[in-house]
Amino acid sequence: MLRAIRKGAKLYVVDPRRTSSARWAQGWLGLDVGSDIALANAVGREILERGLENREFIEHATSGLEEYRATLAPYTLEYAQRVTGVPAQAIAELAAVYATAQRAQLCWTLGITEHHNAVDNVRALINLALLCGHVGRYGSGVNPLRGQNNVQGGGDMGAIPNKFPGGQDVEDAANTEKFEKAWNATLPRERGWNLTEMFAAMERGELDTLYVIGENPAQSEADQSHATALLRGLKHLIVQDIFLTRTGELADVVFPASASWCESEGTVTSSERRVQRCRKALEPPGEARDDISILCELARRLGHDWPQYSAQQAWDECRSLSPWHAGMSYERLDALGGIHWPCYDESHPGEQFLHARLWQEPLRGPRAPFAAVEHDPPVEALDDAYPIRLTTGRRLDSFNTGVQSGGYRSPLRRGETLDISVEDAARYGLSDGDEVRVSSRRGSVVLPVRIDPGLRAGLVFTTFHFNDAVATNVLTIDATDPQSGTAEFKACAVRIEPVRTAATA
Amino acid sequence: MQTRANVELTIDGRAISVPQGATILDACARLGIATPTLCFLESLTPVNACRVCVVELEGARVLVPACARKAESGMVIRTDSERVRHSRKMVLEFLASSVDLSTAPDALRYCDEYGAQAQRYGSAAATVAQPVKIDNELYVRDYSKCILCYKCVEACGADAQNTFAIAAAGRGFDAAIATEYDVPLPDSACVYCGNCIGVCPTGALMFSSEHELRERGLWKEDEQTRTDTICSYCGVGCTLTLHVQDNDIVKVTSPVENGVTHGHLCVKGRFGYSYVQSRPENE
Repeated sequence: MLRAIRKGAKLYVVDPRRTSSARWAQGWLGLDVGSDIALANAVGREILERGLENREFIEHATSGLEEYRATLAPYTLEYAQRVTGVPAQAIAELAAVYATAQRAQLCWTLGITEHHNAVDNVRALINLALLCGHVGRYGSGVNPLRGQNNVQGGGDMGAIPNKFPGGQDVEDAANTEKFEKAWNATLPRERGWNLTEMFAAMERGELDTLYVIGENPAQSEADQSHATALLRGLKHLIVQDIFLTRTGELADVVFPASASWCESEGTVTSSERRVQRCRKALEPPGEARDDISILCELARRLGHDWPQYSAQQAWDECRSLSPWHAGMSYERLDALGGIHWPCYDESHPGEQFLHARLWQEPLRGPRAPFAAVEHDPPVEALDDAYPIRLTTGRRLDSFNTGVQSGGYRSPLRRGETLDISVEDAARYGLSDGDEVRVSSRRGSVVLPVRIDPGLRAGLVFTTFHFNDAVATNVLTIDATDPQSGTAEFKACAVRIEPVRTAATA
Repeated sequence: MQTRANVELTIDGRAISVPQGATILDACARLGIATPTLCFLESLTPVNACRVCVVELEGARVLVPACARKAESGMVIRTDSERVRHSRKMVLEFLASSVDLSTAPDALRYCDEYGAQAQRYGSAAATVAQPVKIDNELYVRDYSKCILCYKCVEACGADAQNTFAIAAAGRGFDAAIATEYDVPLPDSACVYCGNCIGVCPTGALMFSSEHELRERGLWKEDEQTRTDTICSYCGVGCTLTLHVQDNDIVKVTSPVENGVTHGHLCVKGRFGYSYVQSRPENE
């Protein structure tokens, strides 16, 4: 992005915090946490109001504009200013710049998706892309920036309750029959549970056995105490990981695994749909084994005659069943430095961007629908008892629960802090390093404060990188989006009580 | 896309046609003419600092740097004349007499090729020798080995990282690469992406792991394997080249020609690997 800015691209940053990205931006829209739809709808309304929409594209490739337009009616600039805290003028500017750009992208991360209305947030942004025709063309698009090296690939490979590999729906009988034939097995006809639904099923007593591979839900789930209690209540818990994580400590059986990116072979898919090869550089320690080998061995113990697959054999089988990946031989992945899906055969170069069909004459396939979505504030409103908004996130040198990043000696690491605005620091009489107790309706933690001039009054920020020291997720709320199953890590209500000043510590 | 016109020039008596905008260095490469470079890297803006790539351009008063000078139609260039060889040799001798090139394989190879004899300046020749700066646990800065090529400054600045933690300070022989006010790195703007290490041609900037192994006489480059894989952290999908010695990662780089990274990484990809080798035998 900085390279693009150097070439003249304009960057607008929409974030409750004035992040380091905001320093490079033409404009920073510091909206209130959870007011994204109000902002997006106001941008949409402004674009229509000023006649800046791409009528040709809308007519050619979309549906539902009139219903969308009707939904936008109340989202005036003044209303949006009131709800988001962003000046009307800045919203109008963003709308004009986005709509009149030759090419424009909307990029987002978890600030959009870690909300109880995550899917609606995303739809609100897609609406804007449809409104301006900023999709399906080189340099334009909607672009969720992935936070993990294979979160895209995991879903693409079917590690998701409703899809087979290659985005093929499990509730489409033709797909199920194809996979049944290839695997010589009977497959369920209905979609399974996502992570959130699994926890709900544990709560109802319908799920009593869990096999966790490469995830640490005992520390990564919102409302951590509750999640851990559910994991403890399982009849049987299997954990397969490269470390004995906190989740592993709760397990009945632990399968030590090799590190997927450097102790075994395979592929991962990056944020831009680029499938690339991981290669083995190290021998794994002790009894650790490749994930594929563990799964095959387990299948054999369960009485199935599975051969010993290599990573390449597993990949070639996937290619035979997933049209998206059909053309991606290991040889081609090596030669081309990765390939973007879909790649239908070995002469296909892979698609640089998606949705180009929306511009084709005549339009083939379904129209892209506008979605009428409404602003819906965070589940936990602020009140006198919990007057401060806590939003959680990450810092540059650390990663998620810190299992991977905790070990290297980063000079940037300061341990966990509660980042607090200059105004709130003054209000509570706090200086850098003073310890505070942060409490939500679900739990409390004690940690030092760091004054961050990039935060506005009433907003505090922390991470969950140092979970053993500060279990941030005991604070967060497990209000989840019914469609995506994502929890509202980005917004809960807390109160702050000074515990100890740094000077006396 | 508009196709660019070609330009025709002559190098060492051979005609060559290159696209407009190509440099003399590009043209030389097409003809298979090896040109020494130290401050040049394809991912960075040329700064013409080292002058080791100079060539003779007919009609020009002075030698011109091949890495930065654009090819023009009708240019007649000589890359192996006595004047060129002499100039390159002098540049290499001055560098070798004042700078510790012991971890700069390319520079040492050029010295050999051009018969540079730094020792003829005697033991009294001024040097940039100074203590190694060790102020963090990820990488060291040994400016005794710095040839002031500016690559680290460019990688830290507008060409890659846009952090601007370092720049050239001082003038003349006393010029050196430094943080603002020469503060230790942890007090500077440094974000430890290590992109400066990635572009350093002399080993002045070095992983602490490599520095320590070298100090203990245990750095065995011949026995190391290099394996390309994908970073385990975020979704960008950076290619990491893992340099492995005795089943331990001792250094991480990324190929400069890689379309995702252009050789550049962040702190986690560059340094955040120790979790795969925190084994009992390493404790």
